Amino acid sequence: MSTKADQKIPELDFDTPALKRHRKVRALKDRGATVGIAIGGSSVIVAVLLICFYLVYEIAPLFTGADIEQQNSYPVPALEAGKSLYLTSEEQVEVGLRVAENGDMIYFNAANGDIIEQVQNPLGEPTAFAVEANTSNLFAFGYADGRVLVAQQNYKITYPDGERLITPSIQYPYGTEGIQVADFALRDISVRDSEDSLTIAAVGDNAAQVTRLDKDVNFITEEVELTESSASLPYVDDTYSLLISGDQRYLYMATRSGAMTEFDIRDMDDITQKDQIDLVEGDAQLVSMQYLLGQSSVMVADTSGRVTQWFNVRDDNNVEHLTFIRDVQQTNAIVDVAMEHRRKGFATLDERGFVAIYNATSSSQVINEKLTDSATGMISFAPRANALLLEDGQQINLFEVDNEHPEVSWSSIWGDVWYEGYQESTYTWQSSAANNDFEPKYSLVPLAFGTIKAAFYAMVVAVPLAICGAIYTAYFMAPGLRRKVKPVIELMEALPTVILGFLAGIFFAPFLEEHLAAAFSILVVLPVGILLFALLWSRMPQGIRWMVPEGWQPVLLIPLIVVLGWGCVAMSPMIELYWFDGNIRGWLGDQGITFDQRNALVVGFAMGFAVIPTIFSITEDAIFSVPKALTQGSLALGATYWQTMTRVVLPTASPGIFSAIMIGMGRAVGETMIVLMATGNTPIMDFNIFEGMRTLAANLAVEVPESEVGSSHYRILFLAAFVLFVFTFVVNTIAETVRQHLRKKYGSL
Amino acid sequence: MSTELKQKKQTVSQWVKSGDPWVWLNAGAVAISVIMVLGLLLLIAVRGLGHFWPADIERGTYSLPGSEPYTLIAERVESTEVPAAQLREAGIPVDDQYDLMMRSLMKTGNRDVYGSDFRWIIDEYFTDITKPEMLFAAERHEWGNLYGYLKAVKEGGEVVAETSDLTPTDSALATWAAFEQSIDRATDIYDQIHEVEKFEIGEINHKLERLRLEQRRLELDGELTPEKLADIDAERAEQDAKYEVLQQRLIELYGQINRDTFVVQVMDGSIHEMQVAKVVRAYRPNAMGIMAKMGFYGAKVWEFLSAEPREANTEGGVFPAIFGTVMMVLLMTVLVTPFGVVAAIYLREYASQGFVTRTIRIAVNNLAGVPSIVYGVFGLGFFIYFLGSGIDQAFFPEALPSPTFGTGGLMWASITLALLTVPVVIVATEEGLSRIPRSVREGSLALGATKAETLWRVVLPMASPAIMTGVILAVARAAGEVAPLMLVGVVKLAPSLPLDGNYPYLHLDQKFMHLGFHIYDVGFQSPNVEAARPLVYATALLLVIVIATLNLAAVTIRNHLREKYKSLDM
Repeated sequence: MSTKADQKIPELDFDTPALKRHRKVRALKDRGATVGIAIGGSSVIVAVLLICFYLVYEIAPLFTGADIEQQNSYPVPALEAGKSLYLTSEEQVEVGLRVAENGDMIYFNAANGDIIEQVQNPLGEPTAFAVEANTSNLFAFGYADGRVLVAQQNYKITYPDGERLITPSIQYPYGTEGIQVADFALRDISVRDSEDSLTIAAVGDNAAQVTRLDKDVNFITEEVELTESSASLPYVDDTYSLLISGDQRYLYMATRSGAMTEFDIRDMDDITQKDQIDLVEGDAQLVSMQYLLGQSSVMVADTSGRVTQWFNVRDDNNVEHLTFIRDVQQTNAIVDVAMEHRRKGFATLDERGFVAIYNATSSSQVINEKLTDSATGMISFAPRANALLLEDGQQINLFEVDNEHPEVSWSSIWGDVWYEGYQESTYTWQSSAANNDFEPKYSLVPLAFGTIKAAFYAMVVAVPLAICGAIYTAYFMAPGLRRKVKPVIELMEALPTVILGFLAGIFFAPFLEEHLAAAFSILVVLPVGILLFALLWSRMPQGIRWMVPEGWQPVLLIPLIVVLGWGCVAMSPMIELYWFDGNIRGWLGDQGITFDQRNALVVGFAMGFAVIPTIFSITEDAIFSVPKALTQGSLALGATYWQTMTRVVLPTASPGIFSAIMIGMGRAVGETMIVLMATGNTPIMDFNIFEGMRTLAANLAVEVPESEVGSSHYRILFLAAFVLFVFTFVVNTIAETVRQHLRKKYGSL
Repeated sequence: MSTELKQKKQTVSQWVKSGDPWVWLNAGAVAISVIMVLGLLLLIAVRGLGHFWPADIERGTYSLPGSEPYTLIAERVESTEVPAAQLREAGIPVDDQYDLMMRSLMKTGNRDVYGSDFRWIIDEYFTDITKPEMLFAAERHEWGNLYGYLKAVKEGGEVVAETSDLTPTDSALATWAAFEQSIDRATDIYDQIHEVEKFEIGEINHKLERLRLEQRRLELDGELTPEKLADIDAERAEQDAKYEVLQQRLIELYGQINRDTFVVQVMDGSIHEMQVAKVVRAYRPNAMGIMAKMGFYGAKVWEFLSAEPREANTEGGVFPAIFGTVMMVLLMTVLVTPFGVVAAIYLREYASQGFVTRTIRIAVNNLAGVPSIVYGVFGLGFFIYFLGSGIDQAFFPEALPSPTFGTGGLMWASITLALLTVPVVIVATEEGLSRIPRSVREGSLALGATKAETLWRVVLPMASPAIMTGVILAVARAAGEVAPLMLVGVVKLAPSLPLDGNYPYLHLDQKFMHLGFHIYDVGFQSPNVEAARPLVYATALLLVIVIATLNLAAVTIRNHLREKYKSLDM
């Protein structure tokens, strides 16, 4: 036969050039497909895994320390005018200002030290000097004749020929003649200015005086009229430093040894002495006492190398007391302290020449580096805190500072922090406020707490219903009914959560508020009702019982549950009337329980609804795939169905049920729309079921669109996203591993 | 149950011991779950569908103790029973004889007259209720519904028809007929104005904007020669001239549309004269028969599906949201299908099945469980701020500082959702591939087919139902997902559709509307939540129908697939 065939097609040649070419093309295509699919497939996988890396990439800068690098060094401009009283620069770090001992104000090029302008002090050599605040650009001189001159640095920016040109000048907002505040020679002064008044405190060799100029706008001429009032203060020996509080209400007068006397100077006619506090511990001496940004925290530095933070805290009688909050410790005596202009940060210079930069809120040291050999010196931040000026008597050194996120540290995110204006340390999330000198509060704890609270209540609702339902569906239910019930539950899974959230917020929350009594009576009535019905059913004549085949009980129960539920709702006003005087909310209020309309109960129900199908289908799967041999063996030995269920099936399927609960929890933790719509989104820490919460996911949805790219807030939100990512990923991985293990085990049975 | 066959009755303690009560409780859990799902669907369906039904307008006297009785004309929205104590607590002086009272929410409309559309009443004090036939409701372009009696219709200030009757007399019906005619005319002109404003002027604006950008680009490249500038200016002048013509036409149309007015008496007896042009449709529900109501219902449903929203999305239709959702989902499908399938084929057919592949498989699997908001954050950070602003710098410098791709838009939303749903497609496709018996593949290879040919001709066709299932599930998930979209490009009101007649026709950089976000926004951010609520239910119903259909399709395909390969299983 084969020979015949050979004879029939003798010319069949598999190696014709055309076929060769065809084979080559096919082989090429095959290789192309292999390469293409490998590249395509792995790039998709890489793209998906990129999420994790990108989140880390955005978070990383939060936890990297600061960097400081020397830019320039030049001799102190106009050194003959004396050493510096004050050193600062403008926004762009192009122009620097040095106020010299003889009162001259020297503007210099911050890059090379060339003098731009040397402004003579109109009143000669001062005896005292004070800075109002970094942000206001105001400073003041005190003189031997008891006058005080207030000066302000001013920068005009123009763009001739498209290049930026900064022209500095000095202005005197209260005139060049100065203000007569005392009749003695001024040794030290403190100045505080606001829209309403200017307060100057001054101390001489044996007297102290406080003067206030109240500003009133004359509404005919629109000129500012100043009304002066002044009072003398009890003189404290050895007064070293004066400080007026930001609201011009308190005056702090500290001696060299750190003994501080506080005066209430709100009413100039009735100045009272308040607290006396020792700011410095042991033998150490006070080095400086100044305000942090926002003029709420006083930073005290001493010769022991310690910097302490103090602010006013209200006691139980609503009286403010300057209270020690926290400290940082340098090893050597501190020489100078500089405050950041726009953040709650500061830098210290110690006598070995080390410069350390700190943030007050997170009390973290971001850098500590030796920058000079001189034992004396002066440091100052540029307004954007991106540069630091250091003067060591001979030279001015300009450093570039890279310190993006000092306010964030591990402890400020997860620990309790004592924020300005709070009575105690708290876990608080408050990312923004109306004012610029606000202290951002980035504690993720309340958000994590809210997330756990929401997930907990959701699980309380979902786990019993889903697992009991799955047990019945997988093991007791008639196959015909099972085929109908499963798609219904699967449909439940597909419902968009925005719809569940909408119904929870708009329909269920008000409904629950009105029928609160029903919600709790259902909890009791339903199980009792079902059991009673079951008991009655078992007492029924066999003829009736056999009308409903095995495994169809839910069909019987559906009308019963509907009737019971409706009954509870209908009875709700009566229950409220007879047990709670017709007002259950008022009753709750009397018990000290706050009630929000959109609360954890609503979220629990709505999110429970979203989670039930997930838990249900995985549990059902686990129970259904328990090998039949096991159950049949158990039944054959005389166990009842329920005994078989609890003693054989459930233990075998328990890893599957565990993974179902884990996956359900992962879903509840990450759910956004339901919590966004069904809670008030307030970040509180209270487990009360009648109050709301703010979860990590909802917080992301609310705040990410409006946070500034690259800011600490933005990166912290990425951190929150990363926490969610890692949490759900780990939980799901555990669940998945357990499930695969289980599958393998069943496979061997 | 186990003792069912015994003739003797169990005692109660035997019954408890047998475990039957627990079985019943478990049955109860199933029943509760089923009731919850069906109840929820029923609730959405009833509320969503009920919204379009023309409700009767009630007229009666409302005399709350301690305040002046007045005539109330309103639609009933909902009623609940409340304990009288709660009302007393709220400061409403109800009589002591009552323990429980009915409280109803009534829609009085006429927001321009009373300040709000709704008021709560206590039914016990609402008496003498009638449903007069001549009471009419008018939907308006602004200020919500109007309820009242029609008194007259005027044409350019001249009275055309007039009546003083509140009952359906000849004069009243004639006035009504004149009113309806006038509305038809006004609606016609309104459509013309809309056409001119939206499409013709929109096109000119689009061209002018493109000219501006072109000029700016030439300027940035330093190629703006006087000739080119002259060209641009000439074209601009041409467009301006066209615009002038349209402007003239608009002025004319506005003159025409504002010709007619009507006079209406509202519930406090006051008389108001209003422009017919403000009315969208007017009807007398109390006089409508069941057929008329059904016709009206159909028209309303059609409006809901096909019209644009009015009055801050609280009235009108949701067409732009449907369109936006469909566009976004389509783009996502185009992206997710090939990539998901290729990744699955690689994992299942090409990659060596070792520890690494297993790990990757679990990782991909778990990505499906990562919260969607995380994808949103990633999309915003990586796509929009990182890639998007890079694209803007490189390709659209002329539009800066206003971003083109450096802000949320259709493209980024689709890509983000594609990333979110790609694990679904990978998992489903892999499952499909693993179901195909080895023998089929080996048969193909034995016949001399290469691996690629086997894949393309044998494996993929057999796996196609599984791929379809995966894609449908991905689409269903994407259609219902809102949280990530809020970050990457959804807006409450988009000025135009992402697909239109202006070059380049498909605007990938444009923001769009979405059904799910529409629900969130109108239900929670709307200034007049009460008025918007029925519309949100209708939108929710629409979304549920779309998603349920998609899921049922996926289930059907899956079952079909299982049947088909049953015979191949060894």
